[in-house]
Amino acid sequence: MKFANTQATTYNDTVVRQFAIMTVVWGVVGTLVGLIIAAQLAWPDLIAGVSWLSFGRLRPLHTNAVIFAFGGCGLIGTSFYVVQRTCQVRLFSDKLAAFVFWGWQAVIVAAAISLPLGFTQGKEYAELEWPIDILITLVWVAYAFVFFGTVGTRKVKHIYVANWFYGAFIIAIALLHVVNNAAIPVGFMKSYSAYAGVQDAMVQWWYGHNAVGFLLTAGFLGMMYYFIPKQAERPIYSYRLSIVHFWALIFTYMWAGPHHLHYTALPDWTQSVGMVFSLILLAPSWGGMINGIMTLSGAWHKLRDDPILRFLIVSLSFYGMSTFEGPMMAIKTVNALSHYTDWTIGHVHSGALGWVGLVTIGSMYYLIPRLFGQKQMYSMKAVEIHFWTATIGIVIYIAAMWIAGVMQGLMWRAVNPDGTLTYTFVESVKATFPFYVLRLMGGLLYFGGMLMMLWNTFKTATAGRMVIIDIPPAAAHA
Amino acid sequence: MEILYLLIPLSVMLVFFILGGLWWAIYRGQFEDIDAEGERILHQD
Repeated sequence: MKFANTQATTYNDTVVRQFAIMTVVWGVVGTLVGLIIAAQLAWPDLIAGVSWLSFGRLRPLHTNAVIFAFGGCGLIGTSFYVVQRTCQVRLFSDKLAAFVFWGWQAVIVAAAISLPLGFTQGKEYAELEWPIDILITLVWVAYAFVFFGTVGTRKVKHIYVANWFYGAFIIAIALLHVVNNAAIPVGFMKSYSAYAGVQDAMVQWWYGHNAVGFLLTAGFLGMMYYFIPKQAERPIYSYRLSIVHFWALIFTYMWAGPHHLHYTALPDWTQSVGMVFSLILLAPSWGGMINGIMTLSGAWHKLRDDPILRFLIVSLSFYGMSTFEGPMMAIKTVNALSHYTDWTIGHVHSGALGWVGLVTIGSMYYLIPRLFGQKQMYSMKAVEIHFWTATIGIVIYIAAMWIAGVMQGLMWRAVNPDGTLTYTFVESVKATFPFYVLRLMGGLLYFGGMLMMLWNTFKTATAGRMVIIDIPPAAAHA
Repeated sequence: MEILYLLIPLSVMLVFFILGGLWWAIYRGQFEDIDAEGERILHQD
């Protein structure tokens, strides 16, 4: 069957350009909302009386903005770039790709309006109400068509490993979204979950952890597996390892969800399954980290002069850290201390700011100049400064949260000789205050870096021009 | 914990789907020339 896209001689980078710009824009928005809520945690009366700026409503706006707006645009955009170039064929359908872009922006805008207005399903990372969920499903189906259609019409027999990661991410998110958001609508923006009680909790955290595993991990590993070799100008350290750890990762991640529900009403055996698979998960995760970092074997000197490579490699260090910390926190004994504390927040942000943030930023700094016919970003000095502000910001953030978290856990379990609790809850809140301020400082540094990126992207795009790239003539088939 | 009657069959089906994909990849030649494939992206565009 002859598909139209196989006749095209140029790549569709228009949609990639659109997604790349919006990735940077939403990155600034998402981290800004993060700053506001961090400030509110330190000074709760900061914006007193304005319901649509209250912490409870802004928090999901922050999580949705950074995960789905920033992360989502970064993933969809880079996947469209990578799949075309590794398959040596234009995107399966320009019209559907355009729908994916505009549809996704519509989802984001709908989130930005509905969440502060208080419309929420109350499920973490799945707060958006049912009409928006339907739109997400339509956009996602179109996305799957475009991505897998492009893979299906490829001119190269081999499917590069990054596409396996992107593909797994697309399929998994489709499944997760539909199952967790199953709900009975009772009004225009009001619904009730199809599940209840601890059942609902299990579905929610099957979803939540797989969102981490397939969107925040598998998807971004796909990004890493393309942009690190390209920026380092070296092939992946062990292509064999990339395949092995891919299959191990996607199989194991599905079972880790219960570690969010230790010592709750969830049955003990389910908690144990979650704990064991979370520990096993350390191996395939580190397979990815080692593969990416060792790609620089024999070329470590490149890190000295190349800030983009530094973003990409340091992102893997944070990935390794988080995928070690995560399994540790999934151990029930450890979790008994860490659950409900700020250690969990520290862990999330080491993964989110460290791994997801830095790998996206590095990939964007590679991609954006090329999308505008430039050799490099307008200011490499700014890229350099961004790297340092981002990294230092992350370290301050997570250190503050580690200290706060362990302190909270210890305070909550401290008992007097007569068996009474040593501290009241509010005493732990008071003790946490300085760490909330420190965390805000770390976040400010990180946000400053995002602003620099926005400026740099603007200067690069306006100095450049929108180039149209030819697909190289078909080389010998693999 | 009735939800497990949904989650476990769903996950098992997913595992079979995944294994199917793995079978396709191995027996349909995806892994024939592993070392060259890693290099290939450096020669493109």
